[in-house]
Amino acid sequence: MFKMEIKKIAKNIYEIPKQGKMNVPCRIYASEKILENIKQDKTLEQVKNVACLPGIIKESIALTDAHQGYGFPIGGVAAFDMDKGIISPGGVGYDIDCSIRLLKTNLTKKDILKKQKEITENLQRKIPSGVGRGSKFQITYKELDELLKEGAPYLVKKGYGVKEDYLHMEEQGCMKEADVSKVSEKAKKRGIGQLGTLGAGNHFLEVLFVDEIFDEKVAKVFGLKKEQAVILIHCGSRGLGHQVASDYIKLMEQKYGFENLQDRELINAPIKSKLGKDYYGAMCCAANFAFANKQVITHWLREEMKCMFPNIKIDVVYEVCHNIAKFEEYNGKKVCVHRKGATRSFGPGRKEIPKDYRKVGQPVLIPGSMGTASYVLVGSKKSEELTWGSTVHGAGRIMSRSKALREFKGEEIKEKLNKKGIEIKSGSWKSLAEESPEVYKDVEEVVNVVHDLGISKKVARLKPLVVIIG
Amino acid sequence: MKFKFLPHTADIKFQAFGKNFKEVFENSALALFKIFYDRKVKEKKLFKIKVKGNDFESLLYNFLEEFLVLFDSKNFLPSKIKNLRLNEKKFKINTEVLGDDSKNYKLSEYVKAITYNEMFVKKIKNKFISQVVVDV
Repeated sequence: MFKMEIKKIAKNIYEIPKQGKMNVPCRIYASEKILENIKQDKTLEQVKNVACLPGIIKESIALTDAHQGYGFPIGGVAAFDMDKGIISPGGVGYDIDCSIRLLKTNLTKKDILKKQKEITENLQRKIPSGVGRGSKFQITYKELDELLKEGAPYLVKKGYGVKEDYLHMEEQGCMKEADVSKVSEKAKKRGIGQLGTLGAGNHFLEVLFVDEIFDEKVAKVFGLKKEQAVILIHCGSRGLGHQVASDYIKLMEQKYGFENLQDRELINAPIKSKLGKDYYGAMCCAANFAFANKQVITHWLREEMKCMFPNIKIDVVYEVCHNIAKFEEYNGKKVCVHRKGATRSFGPGRKEIPKDYRKVGQPVLIPGSMGTASYVLVGSKKSEELTWGSTVHGAGRIMSRSKALREFKGEEIKEKLNKKGIEIKSGSWKSLAEESPEVYKDVEEVVNVVHDLGISKKVARLKPLVVIIG
Repeated sequence: MKFKFLPHTADIKFQAFGKNFKEVFENSALALFKIFYDRKVKEKKLFKIKVKGNDFESLLYNFLEEFLVLFDSKNFLPSKIKNLRLNEKKFKINTEVLGDDSKNYKLSEYVKAITYNEMFVKKIKNKFISQVVVDV
């Protein structure tokens, strides 16, 4: 339970004033009710620790979906000065570029409902999910190197998709500063067999329909209309990214020690140091792995859906990164933004946004918890003023896995979802119970807070028909 | 008691116990194996592990991480630790691990990473104890 003074600045905006070793104050963007929730564990303690790091600018930020992480909180954003600041693997997270992709189809809710069971079974069979299920997608280590360097465009070149796919992704599906020589053999060994797999935990694949449109104009630009069937894919860089994080935590510890840190997981290196640059080069490779991973899954999805719907067309709407560090410009000044469990939310005009969307702002994808609605929002200028161009990444967990296992039964959850008209397949009953909707904050409340704050604006609500989890 | 699990909002936290550091390391590995799979795993395959660290915590981190690497790269589901030798001065471990092909089991939990979050390895009075949070 967090006991320090928290000042209310405005509706949904709170501050922990600068004190002690803090270099900047902390900002929390939450409703009163959600703030009470955030106070329960060590989240705010962690936001405070981040405020103590060298070169941090303006404030250490916790977004509405914040919860306790390791070192940095999940749902945390921090920007660092390019000369005096640091880059931290813990500020990015172990699942580097855990991210989400939205696909649109030319089908409607009705089409899906006609074959709902069949779709669920076929997709689960085709796309490996869950623990320890290997992939049919086999490549050599030489090819893996090229893929780590080039990301999603590499796979499109090899016939796994079309150019428009990667043009509609953050970074156009490739972080250009990827340096393959900075990725360890161990990391490659962990990742090579996992391309095209969803993984386990909160990673999922969903077929949904557009249930409500809040902003007709922007929805049209994104190519979304009511009753349309869409698909969400949520997964990251798998074992490869986890190992990159772990490798650089160890290397930075050896070089800089952790004696002066509040928490060992806050280990970092100056942005411009050799180790800082090396980590960034390796992190970019892991992000490219995540882009490519979803490209393989998209390819298989297209194959499988075509068997059931011969005239189907599936296009990428957008892909957003959740766990990443980036160099971005604000008012002419370049800074290093860490987003850990946060989504970029750029408003109209930024050059980083795909041409097709540049006039309205980037799509922001916010998945709900299992079986609940997900949201499409649009980025805003306000986010560039308040939160380093960032918004929330999901509902945010509030209950531990062990408590979820005690309170919920996978079988009952399946039955409950079936009654709501949702078909679900999971790796095990246990993972169903652990991801029960009640273990997350209410996504609607979280989305309404960021909409009211103006750091991203509601465009459409999606409701699930088919859910596949690890 | 060899180990016990503690509540954690997003991840899994455990403590392992022993009458010396060697046992604490063994039991920490067994706690991790339990997260992988909580029933009996056959002992059909054997791997040798050699790790070192700069202190007890980094040794524990590196030791446990070896099982994640074996799991991802060799589909190896661990079951039992054999012949563990711990060099407490040089922070080194040599051991064998027995287990089976993970594809023969229906698994529910995937461990992404070992973390340093709230990690410790220490002697409290006559008891030896470790604490680990793993990212799942």
